[in-house]
Amino acid sequence: MTINQSGWKPATPVAGPGDTGTTTGNRALMLEEPLIFEIGDSDTTGVDFSAPAQAGAQSSFDRAEEGTGPLPSQGHKLGTLARTAEIGLPGLTEPETVRHYTRLSRQNYAIDLGLFPLGSCTMKHNPRLNEKVARLPGFADIHPLQPRETVQGALEVINELAFWLIDLTGMHGVAMSPKAGAHGELCGLLCIRAALEARGDAREVVLVPESAHGTNPATAAFCGYRVESIPTNDAGRVDLEALQARLGPDVAAVMITNPNTCGLFEPDMKAISDAVHAAGGFVYCDGANFNAIVGKVRPGDLGIDAMHINLHKTFSTPHGGGGPGSGPVVLSKEISHFMPLPYVSRTADGIVHLIEEEQADEFSEEHFGGVMQSFGRMTAFHGQMGMFTRALAYILSHGADGLAQVAEDAVLNANYLLRSLEDVLDAPFAGSGPCMHEAIFSDAGFANGITTLDLAKALIDEGFHPMTMYFPLVVHGAMLVEPTETESKAALDQFIAALRSIAERARAGDENLKSAPVHAPRRRLDETLAARKPVIAYRTPAPDGADLPTPSPVGDR
Amino acid sequence: MRYLPLSDADRSAMLATVGAGSIDELFRDVPESARLSGPIAGLPSHASELAVERHMTALSRKNTPAGEVPFFLGCGAYKHHIPASVDHLIQRGEYLTAYTPYQPEIAQGTLQVLFEFQSQVARLLGCEVANASMYDGSTACWEAIGMARRITRRTKAVISSGLHPHYVSVCKTMARFTGDTLDTALPELTAETDAERLIAAIDRETSAVVVQYPDILGRITDLQPIADAAHAAGALLIAVVTEPVALGAIRAPGEMGADIVVGEGQSIGVGLQFGGPYVGLFACREKHVRQMPGRIAGETVDAEGKRGFVLTLSTREQHIRREKATSNICTNSGLCALAFSIHMTLLGEKGLRSLAALNHARAVEVAERLAAIPGVRLVNDSFFNEFTLELPVEARPAVHAMVERGVLGGVSLGRLYPGVDSLKNGLVVAVTETVTDEDVNALEAALKEVVV
Repeated sequence: MTINQSGWKPATPVAGPGDTGTTTGNRALMLEEPLIFEIGDSDTTGVDFSAPAQAGAQSSFDRAEEGTGPLPSQGHKLGTLARTAEIGLPGLTEPETVRHYTRLSRQNYAIDLGLFPLGSCTMKHNPRLNEKVARLPGFADIHPLQPRETVQGALEVINELAFWLIDLTGMHGVAMSPKAGAHGELCGLLCIRAALEARGDAREVVLVPESAHGTNPATAAFCGYRVESIPTNDAGRVDLEALQARLGPDVAAVMITNPNTCGLFEPDMKAISDAVHAAGGFVYCDGANFNAIVGKVRPGDLGIDAMHINLHKTFSTPHGGGGPGSGPVVLSKEISHFMPLPYVSRTADGIVHLIEEEQADEFSEEHFGGVMQSFGRMTAFHGQMGMFTRALAYILSHGADGLAQVAEDAVLNANYLLRSLEDVLDAPFAGSGPCMHEAIFSDAGFANGITTLDLAKALIDEGFHPMTMYFPLVVHGAMLVEPTETESKAALDQFIAALRSIAERARAGDENLKSAPVHAPRRRLDETLAARKPVIAYRTPAPDGADLPTPSPVGDR
Repeated sequence: MRYLPLSDADRSAMLATVGAGSIDELFRDVPESARLSGPIAGLPSHASELAVERHMTALSRKNTPAGEVPFFLGCGAYKHHIPASVDHLIQRGEYLTAYTPYQPEIAQGTLQVLFEFQSQVARLLGCEVANASMYDGSTACWEAIGMARRITRRTKAVISSGLHPHYVSVCKTMARFTGDTLDTALPELTAETDAERLIAAIDRETSAVVVQYPDILGRITDLQPIADAAHAAGALLIAVVTEPVALGAIRAPGEMGADIVVGEGQSIGVGLQFGGPYVGLFACREKHVRQMPGRIAGETVDAEGKRGFVLTLSTREQHIRREKATSNICTNSGLCALAFSIHMTLLGEKGLRSLAALNHARAVEVAERLAAIPGVRLVNDSFFNEFTLELPVEARPAVHAMVERGVLGGVSLGRLYPGVDSLKNGLVVAVTETVTDEDVNALEAALKEVVV
């Protein structure tokens, strides 16, 4: 080990309250920014409408385009509903707008700025080619209800991406319309429920490992199932014996994350699938962690019936500060024919069809042996087209060889972190072998009073985004670190050095950790206050400015 | 591979640190039988940026962009001009490549934007509060019905025949699995909406009435009488807005008694994109906030007393409540919400009202011209920027015939309601500020030719 020879260092002195030393509250490039409601007003706008044409050339349209004010009092077709009340929307001119959002952007951490090791979130580099192709007018400027003959290229994109997803997963079919991972989970479980209903089998229970993402039990409950937890064994895997013991005629499905949320592959996956199938149930796989195995393992070979793929994780469509995501679901032969509408299909004549409700029967014979029984539509249109173009560009750039390299490098990077840190951070499953794409640590060994949160906040001061904290729930004070394959060794070494230093301070009981971060745009924020007295929309202060309204008590219960 | 920084030397050195002889040793938990020995057969290998761009560009050229032809499609997605600064700003890496703001100290940019977005949406829809966005309008609509069920503990939703049929389909899909009953009907080609039917259908089992405003045919109905009838029976009114620009010209649903207002925000700041990603708007009364699905940003202070923002009320959400959560939703439509918010800030009250007035004035003019074509009847008495024509012929083939004449002339009701005879001659035409005189002339000429 050549890094971090120095070990623990004293913490940077903490600035006193309000100790900015400036009259503006700004600190050089760290800029404060008010709300648009505090700097804009209802008479200001950053858009112009064309001036009317010169005399003689003025058409009625040009008159309309003067756009100087509200609606005419007569000649409109709004019945009695023309708006009279002020909306209260502040406007800014273009330069003010650009400055407002640029200043705010600088208060965000981002992958473009540095390592963003949020476990289970797969924060990898977002190639800019993908942004460029998504903005081609032929993709960005087409309407979802345009006639088929005017959108053949878009349908081809969906078809081509579907082909890749099916091949990479070894599955039978894919539903492209789900709009995010949780929406994909819903899609998969609805297919499973529809399949059970079709055979007249009213099963009530979905089994979910206690290490699962919260969306798994939430989705199962939404679909009307009772959720039961299955335990994790000491090696961080699903307890196969406990699972087998619980299987029975009331179990509709088992939801497994593989690789799981401890960053470990479930070596018994095929045995789990076989046992579930033997008991008449189905296997849902949460594909959140597909990045670890893309191009290396096909989930279809493991007996899985449904798995969502987060295009915003494995296939690098941008996370955008919390969406939009995209969650296509690959499906086994047993349940593909229950998939949602619409779907896309290319016929022998080369035409790509968008199969909506009316053609579903016509195409049923061709694709599903005449048994298409779609459970219906999940969203108004065809899914996240803007994410499909990006994901396809990403996949084509890597190719089958590059994707396998993605998985290998992601796994190598995670293991490198694991082995470079396990002497200073407790790694509960490190003894059982390598991890996959993420490494998990616990807070065991921290001095009394020092928590995972303190360590995470100290990472912020070091210029890194913290790892996922307190998840999965099966590890005390969990820290789930996923570097992804797009980090260089040098970047990993910097991160390791910083994290080692903080871990040593945590073990030594450095109380300064409790006040981190001190160098971020904000110190620790009072989340309890935010939830107790929610202020979730701007309220204009009283005219005299003296009595700011106190948040009113809210809530039904 | 241009996106993978590790060199072979790095890989060797790191494998040595890890104590593995080869990368395969790291995959040893994967059973041998499931491990692929090389790249998946039948798939191409990696490609240069140039090659990928060429391939994608070639595919894009097989489509007809709205901006290149006379274009009149609406029905849930609208073509508006988006100021250039919107796309510039959302491509800043600090927004584009950030994650959900789970670490608020280094995510104040996203969080303040979401707070501003919520405030704009609440005001626009006429409600007290709004969330940080949903996937799209159709899923927001379904979530609203679920929320009404939780609040009223009733399971029958009365759905207006004017609700977008794809939204109705989404609701039906979900209702099949949650046990909600939906009272639905098909629209009729009349100027009157089905407000009377809705009011008559409300009973003591009704959780909510769901009304689109303006509706799928473009008609605008006064929501107040429906709200009054719903409230009298202990039910909620859910209003659905698929064209938010309209609210620059017509009263907000919240002003007319709607308890939950959801919408599709695509129209403002987000392009057509063949249907997604879009941004679902979700607003409601403050007293119902703890039953609201989705993420919410809230104001608070930091340890030095400075104002800041955090994700809040997360005890409603799946990562805390798991199977007891208000929704399984885990994401919002962050970047689209940002685009919406930037465009709305550029517009401001003045710009939005001007934009709405411009849309409406053009639509009125175009409606009059098209209704003057022999055999063509304007269905609507009231509309904003979208209206329905009853043609003397089936609208669906007419739309395709107009495509042959280089015009994207509207959405046929035959496409939206396949097999419904009473609607097959209906054509929904949307007219926004992007429509030019030449476009209108082209539409008029094409329509004249295809209706004879």
